[in-house]
Amino acid sequence: MGAAAEALKDFKGFSMKNLPREEPLSPGHRACQGCAEILSLRLALKAIGKNVIVASATGCMEIVTTPYPQTAWRVPWIHVAFENAAAVISGVEAAYKAMTRKGKMEKKDVVFVAYGGDGGTADIGLQALSGALERGHNFVYLCLDNEAYMNTGIQRSSATPYGAMTTTSPPGKKSIGQATWKKNVPAIAAAHDIPYVATASPAYPIDLMNKAKKASLVPGPAYVHIFCACPTGWRHDSSIAIEVARMAVATNVFPLYEVIDGQWKLSRKNPKPKPVKEYLKLQRRFRHLTDAEIAKIQQRVNKEWKTLLARCGELEELEKFGEIEQNL
Amino acid sequence: MARRVGMEVSIAAAETVALLDVDVVAAYPITPQTHIVEHLSELVADGQLDAEFVPVESEHSAMSVCVGAAAAGARTFTSTSSQGYALMVEICYIASSLRLPIVMALANRSMSAPISIWNDHADMMLARDTGWIQTVAENGQEVVDLIMHAYRVAEDHRVLLPVIVNLDGFILTHMIEPIQLPTKEEVQAYVPPYKPLLRLDPDNPVTIGPVGVPEVYTEAKKAQDEAIKNAKPVILEAWDEFEKIFGRKYKPIETYKAEDAEIILVTVGSISETAMRAVDRMRAHGKRVGLARIRLFRPFPVEEFVDAVRGAKLIGVVERALGFNGYTGPLCAELKSVLFDNGLNPYVWNFIAGLGGRDVTVEDFEEMAECLEVKANKNEPMGYEIVNARE
Ligand SMILES: Cc1ncc(C[n+]2csc(CCOP(=O)(O)OP(=O)(O)O)c2C)c(N)n1
Ligand code: SF4
Ligand SMILES: [Mg+2]
Repeated sequence: MGAAAEALKDFKGFSMKNLPREEPLSPGHRACQGCAEILSLRLALKAIGKNVIVASATGCMEIVTTPYPQTAWRVPWIHVAFENAAAVISGVEAAYKAMTRKGKMEKKDVVFVAYGGDGGTADIGLQALSGALERGHNFVYLCLDNEAYMNTGIQRSSATPYGAMTTTSPPGKKSIGQATWKKNVPAIAAAHDIPYVATASPAYPIDLMNKAKKASLVPGPAYVHIFCACPTGWRHDSSIAIEVARMAVATNVFPLYEVIDGQWKLSRKNPKPKPVKEYLKLQRRFRHLTDAEIAKIQQRVNKEWKTLLARCGELEELEKFGEIEQNL
Repeated sequence: MARRVGMEVSIAAAETVALLDVDVVAAYPITPQTHIVEHLSELVADGQLDAEFVPVESEHSAMSVCVGAAAAGARTFTSTSSQGYALMVEICYIASSLRLPIVMALANRSMSAPISIWNDHADMMLARDTGWIQTVAENGQEVVDLIMHAYRVAEDHRVLLPVIVNLDGFILTHMIEPIQLPTKEEVQAYVPPYKPLLRLDPDNPVTIGPVGVPEVYTEAKKAQDEAIKNAKPVILEAWDEFEKIFGRKYKPIETYKAEDAEIILVTVGSISETAMRAVDRMRAHGKRVGLARIRLFRPFPVEEFVDAVRGAKLIGVVERALGFNGYTGPLCAELKSVLFDNGLNPYVWNFIAGLGGRDVTVEDFEEMAECLEVKANKNEPMGYEIVNARE
């Protein structure tokens, strides 16, 4: 049994009956209505509990929770800059390690958490994240992926999906919007051979909480990539963020899986995937896309889903998907 | 009793950091700083220093790790030079704004381009406005002493600011010098254990680094400005204490034969020792020359500087950096403003010398003093020149 599996063997998981009552991230923050990013962060921290120290990257979640002199944080929290949350938490963790070993501080069971948006993770913070994962600090990294730089006004990131309209990937006579495919950061994290990697969605809150908790239980670095619908940036009604998130899973646009001790494991099979069009049409950031472009996206989603099924050893699913793929 | 040893200055710096029982060291290699952190990692590897050595992937992360560690209540150390400093400078502003007592040895090196690993003070000038306290060493002993002083000042609750100890790359970092290395007991008597005011602790949650809306940003910066101004008496007090324990005396502006001098040269760092030789030679020829050496660069010791140069008719500011403002070097511009504020009106000429590792010799200083007199006699408009530069 690998180190992560060993650490997780007694974890029974959350259910609607045993949800923790504590709210490390309190209400009264200033996130937009229907923001799934703040919801995801709240759920993840609820699962991890209050014996935690949190390092935040610059971004929506930093801005909306701490307009001085107010703070929505009931747990220790530090924000330093945009690209270095993983390095800051490395320092906090190293300090606790050294000081408890030297008897300068009593030993405490503290979970070290860093979080950043997709920009703070996939782009400007990728180096600091890679360094912290490679060095093996005992911490949890949450990537809150709303697929653009929302805090600065919806600019594209390398995690913005193909075809999406952002303020720096505007569709026009010579542009279809974002011209590149979404960077696969969970796979990059997994390539560091860390104990635990997972993808999660606020549309599946218990699954999200279980994954955040597992990330905190394994020894060493853990990475959880959370799909965070953003009504303001994705141009959909604030009442349907969860529907959008659920549709992303139903269409295989954002599949849910874990990588435990290097073993890939699908969290949800999807025997009857919906066409990606169902997902795209909910959001005005994709409304300029032609059927031909949508077909191109469908092909790419199919290809990535098959790669994932193969990695997860889901050979039966792979075969079944092969039979229905052309109908999508 | 202190041990008298012959030791490379970088090794002595690392040994001092180890005597200070730091908890977290985060650093990234760059010449000429490397020997300091190599030796620290050896001390950790051999169990002589019980600390976490975090081998980060960049200087940006080195400073970020120090910030995280200091916010958690640890004593931290880092060291870098030029390009490495430039990469971390974003976080250096934040370290001082968050009032974290991090100590850095800045092994001074020129800035690219062209890339040059050799010594000048471009990086010291880059650190100028970051809100860190800055001291400058002229020799190996001073590096050891100023590192101890840095922790004592930084961690004082009346200060709580990060400190840079500047030491010239190669000229100091790679030199073997006779050094009085203090004992652990002496160090501990001088620098008490670090007791953070606030730290990241789940039992007592704090929010560090929130958004500064326009209603509070100015006040936050005003508080920080007060902090560095208030640091000065503590810096002086810590030097007085130092003298009591170790017998060596430090002043924010060190002078040499300046009392009756008509001509004063201003120097920073290791070239001061060469300049003192030059002063002796010129004095032997009857020229009334003296020196004012800048030991404390931030906060700037205005009164002490004014006292040191008050009697001089001619001042030559010798500095190892360019300002690219078209009229003077960065240090000289600042000194002129200090003189102006204090009603002094000497003739000032700015010599930019020793860029990118070019030696500044005794003869160079003699020529500068001579040149200063000629220009003043001709009543040439004040300005600057890059000395010894080929066309
Ligand atoms: C070094 C640096 N570059 C740029 C910025 C400006 N900036 C602040 S937040 C942000 C975007 C954040 O995007 P993301 O990480 O995706 O988080 P989100 O706001 O979308 O949650 C940018 C570009 C900055 N603060 N620091
Ligand atoms: S812009 Fe998007 S991510 Fe940011 S607070 Fe609003 S809904 Fe949330
Ligand atoms: Mg984002």
